[in-house]
Amino acid sequence: MSATSADTRPGRTTDPALRGPVARPGSRLLHRMVWLRLTLLLSAPLAWMLLVYVVALAALLITSLWSVDSLTSEIDRTWTLDNFRTLLENDVYRKVTVRTLGVAVAVTLIDVAIALPIAFYMAKVASPRVRRMLVVAVLTPLWASYLVKVFSWRVVLSEGGLADWTGLGSPGYGLTAVVITQAYIWLPYVILPIFASLERVPDSLLEAAGDLGAPSGFVLRTVVFPLLVPGIVAGAIFSFSLTMGDYITVNIVGGANQMLGNLVYINAGAANNLPLAAAIAMIPIVVMLVLLTAIRRTGALDNL
Amino acid sequence: MTLSPLARRVLAGLTFGVLALIYLPLLVVVANSVNPSQSMTWPPDGLTFEWWRRAAHSEGAREALVTSLQVAAVATALALLLGTLLALALQRYSFFGKNAVNLLVILPIALPGVVTGIALNNGFKGILGVDLALWTIVVAHATFCIVTVFNNVQARLRRMGTSLEEASADLGAGVLTTFRLVTLPQLRSALLAGGMLAFALSFDEIIVTTFTAGNGATTLPIWILNNMFRPNQAPVVNVVAVVLIVFSIIPVWLAQRLSSDVEGVR
Repeated sequence: MSATSADTRPGRTTDPALRGPVARPGSRLLHRMVWLRLTLLLSAPLAWMLLVYVVALAALLITSLWSVDSLTSEIDRTWTLDNFRTLLENDVYRKVTVRTLGVAVAVTLIDVAIALPIAFYMAKVASPRVRRMLVVAVLTPLWASYLVKVFSWRVVLSEGGLADWTGLGSPGYGLTAVVITQAYIWLPYVILPIFASLERVPDSLLEAAGDLGAPSGFVLRTVVFPLLVPGIVAGAIFSFSLTMGDYITVNIVGGANQMLGNLVYINAGAANNLPLAAAIAMIPIVVMLVLLTAIRRTGALDNL
Repeated sequence: MTLSPLARRVLAGLTFGVLALIYLPLLVVVANSVNPSQSMTWPPDGLTFEWWRRAAHSEGAREALVTSLQVAAVATALALLLGTLLALALQRYSFFGKNAVNLLVILPIALPGVVTGIALNNGFKGILGVDLALWTIVVAHATFCIVTVFNNVQARLRRMGTSLEEASADLGAGVLTTFRLVTLPQLRSALLAGGMLAFALSFDEIIVTTFTAGNGATTLPIWILNNMFRPNQAPVVNVVAVVLIVFSIIPVWLAQRLSSDVEGVR
């Protein structure tokens, strides 16, 4: 990221002989010992992240290899692959996984399709004044509460609600409603990175292509689009990951449908089967890891 | 490249159309807060302030609001401290494993919410053997809030450069004095922006929260979730939603003020 800005010039930090008197001994020590300063800065946050999060993730993996004693409902700490066998053999888990991925893909495609023309209009067509206004207009809903937004769609799509009244008809609570609501909620997260990468495309590039006789569609396809790929990928990852990790929306507007998150939640809570919950949680982790490694080469990760 | 006037008009129409669609559901919620129909049928056939009166007297909503504010305040304070330390370490020094640390900070929000949720749930219940409570929510929130502070402070440090700090050191100021009098004042608006984001993130979070909340710990999002499905409570939830929508304008307004301040200084 910014390795260049860290100061590594030799002799840079200290040369006490050449310096005037420095305040206190403690301060002088701090000044001379770069590693000491670094340790003091790094120890607290690193300890927090390692102890709270890395340990928790590692424990999750280990727990997924344990099981629950059906009689005592205590966790049985002997290694077993039973949970993963259950995931593979039981139809429910395959269906829910496919459904979750399907919803995530649909939301991502819809959001990218909507975000591209909007971002293009904002960055390249609108006047600077309108552009600033549009950025605020896109950013503002980000601050509105997530639950309020889901709730508002529950109201709009309800029986006798706005959707019914307009004559368009409501799809009712179900997967369609989930896709609509999720696409709605994550849209700003997709518009912004695409807008940011479009802003970085110099107008002169487009003018040059136009002056050389390329038709607009050709310029969009061969000049603009390749430069947008990192932004699109960044936005797509946001919406995909956020949709895959969400199980509240499906509770509120999804009718009886379940996503992976619901299965994790039920097993961690009511069903009291933490090991199985941990195993189910491995599915989104693996999906994200595969996805991130696959797109690492596009350079889009620098945009996250 | 020149776009035909028609293409421009289509793009403009699309953009403003979608933006209108973005605000429409929120406006419906606002309108429904005075809708006499308990099941919120559209269009409203009258005007009532009954739901606002009930919301004002809702003990549950008020307690949940206070809980949420407390959780967000402590989580933000922790995130400010840890995020700033981390940004200083990563931006000002190079060391082995720097990239790994960078990745580690992003992980709690990059991984899907249920993953972070179940990992912490399992960590608290299964590994540590403690009961979920209010402080477990705070720990979870602080963990994923660090990144917002970190990002803001790191970006500011990168733009600041080190010349002012070097000048201060050359003039004989100690490390801590330099930090207090030179570095910190320059970081102020970045800390405010990062802290505001962290606060909003924590105040609004529901997925990780459901996994780390103890029985008695009801944050506002949990309260909303619990009451949304009760027919006689839904209108009250609707009023709370309107209040939250109004509140969400504050950070946007503040952010605008902040960024114009920055431009003014430049």
